[in-house]
Amino acid sequence: MLEIRRASVLYPGRDGADPVEALRSIELDIEPGEFVVALGASGCGKSTLLNLIAGFLAPSSGQIRLDGAPVTGPGQDRAVVFQKHALMPWMNVIDNLSFGLKLQGVEKAERHRIAREFLELLGLEDFETSPVYMLSGGMQQRVGIGRALTADPRILLMDEPLGALDALTRERAQELILRIWEAQKKSVFLITHSVEEALFMGTKLIVMSPRPGRITHRFDLPFSRQHLSGMSGREVKASPDFIAMRETVLSIIFADEEKAA
Amino acid sequence: MTMKADNAIPGAPRGALLRNVFRQAPTKPGQTYGVPGEGNTIRISVAAVLSVLALWQIVTASGLIAPLFLPSPVAVAEKFFALVQNGYTNAPLLQHILVSAARVFAAFALACVIGIPLGLGMGMSPTLRGLFDPFLEFYRPIPPLAYLPLMIIWFGIGETSKILLIFLSVLAPVALGARAGVRSVAIEQIHAAYSLGATRSQVLREVVLPSAFPEILTAMRIGVGFGWTTLVAAEMVAATQGLGYMVLSASQFLQTSTVLVGIILIGGIAWIFDLAMRWVEKRLVPWKGRM
Ligand SMILES: Nc1ncnc2c1ncn2[C@@H]1O[C@H](COP(=O)(O)OP(=O)(O)OP(=O)(O)O)[C@@H](O)[C@H]1O
Ligand SMILES: [Mg+2]
Repeated sequence: MLEIRRASVLYPGRDGADPVEALRSIELDIEPGEFVVALGASGCGKSTLLNLIAGFLAPSSGQIRLDGAPVTGPGQDRAVVFQKHALMPWMNVIDNLSFGLKLQGVEKAERHRIAREFLELLGLEDFETSPVYMLSGGMQQRVGIGRALTADPRILLMDEPLGALDALTRERAQELILRIWEAQKKSVFLITHSVEEALFMGTKLIVMSPRPGRITHRFDLPFSRQHLSGMSGREVKASPDFIAMRETVLSIIFADEEKAA
Repeated sequence: MTMKADNAIPGAPRGALLRNVFRQAPTKPGQTYGVPGEGNTIRISVAAVLSVLALWQIVTASGLIAPLFLPSPVAVAEKFFALVQNGYTNAPLLQHILVSAARVFAAFALACVIGIPLGLGMGMSPTLRGLFDPFLEFYRPIPPLAYLPLMIIWFGIGETSKILLIFLSVLAPVALGARAGVRSVAIEQIHAAYSLGATRSQVLREVVLPSAFPEILTAMRIGVGFGWTTLVAAEMVAATQGLGYMVLSASQFLQTSTVLVGIILIGGIAWIFDLAMRWVEKRLVPWKGRM
């Protein structure tokens, strides 16, 4: 579905400094229903890669294609969830949720009806008309995820959406995203700093490495499917396979750090 | 805000003025600890104003200062009531107030209708910014008195030049405020809208404009203040009514108490309007500064 072919990004260096090679020759496919997770040290180009897919940034060389057609800009088929929710504070919860539908010209009663279906899924039934600036951080983030979903994108792009949440809220949000992913059959591209989160959620993991930013390792992951077919989140994360995988990935990332240092 | 003795920090002065400086005790629920300058100011303000009035009355009653230079507050109050009853020169006091207010608010409305779209346009389009920025930035710091003669030469001594002078002094702060408001939108909000399928004009209308709204309101508040500042200059030439005219002509006859009444009225009306604008601000943009 989404294909990235030999994509590179060069940021011009500031004040005559050398240009930054943020991404070099990235090859990546995202298939329908796939959950791709990106891990890597800070500055390895994860957000740059997401911006390429979202269409905010054009690659210096290489191609990004969606169903064979080159990506030429942002669009409704690739909704983004940001680390800082980026909600509109002048709207209440339901209007934020249905913002994408409003942009598409769906009339108010209808878009509220659609958004209401997501309220329950997000656990926000009691907050339909609350102003968003009065919600907790976890609730705001859920509204941000819901807003992306109501626009009915084909790929959900998430840049550390849970990074600012506490451990418990974060685990709940992880399970919520997994349930939504399963129920709505979306593709997901998720950036995270947490190895555990990456392993738990993804079906495909890419590990990236900085200077130049590139994909150094790829793994197929079974854990989200295990969870969705009945194992509890805690059980999955405590299983020997999970722990072994976590150590493998951590040692890759630490090795990268040491090379960089 | 009263602090009981058992909360006091040992060794710290107990005076109200210095309490916050030495404050180390925790706040009550609902307040935020350590906010600079936190606390209610009304009582202090009322006390300060009353003290100045008292001092003014004492100094003038003692005969240290001649009434020509500074009439007593009581004399000013008496003058005010006399003006209410008899009017000033050819018109009742209320008429002077209304004429001035009409000039300021006509100019203010015009400045908003032109300045807000202009500022928004300058914020959103480099072409418009490049076109208007030099002129706006050039005339902005010039005192209206300096270009008053030009206004008279070009537009005569009638109402037009008066309102235009006030309009010009309001236009710059309103336009620049609206332009700054455009900048206050978070880039993530814009990106979010685009990734939800927004067109460029939808982003401007649905994201940039509402984001700019709080700053536009603030700019309007500051702008109307500039309008009152310019009022006296505008009524310097060929005015026969208005508070500015009253102040200026009374000063020529050394009627100091009438001058003071005019000054207090101008300040008071501007202040009340400012309070009203703040109230509107609170009602319309409760989310300001909260996200
Ligand atoms: N607009 C820009 N101009 C110049 N250099 C940039 C720009 N944006 C990012 N970079 C550089 O490109 C590299 C990759 O940045 P990017 O934001 O993609 O990293 P990241 O993996 O998302 O990091 P983090 O995990 O900290 O968010 C970094 O070295 C960064 O300094
Ligand atoms: Mg990043």
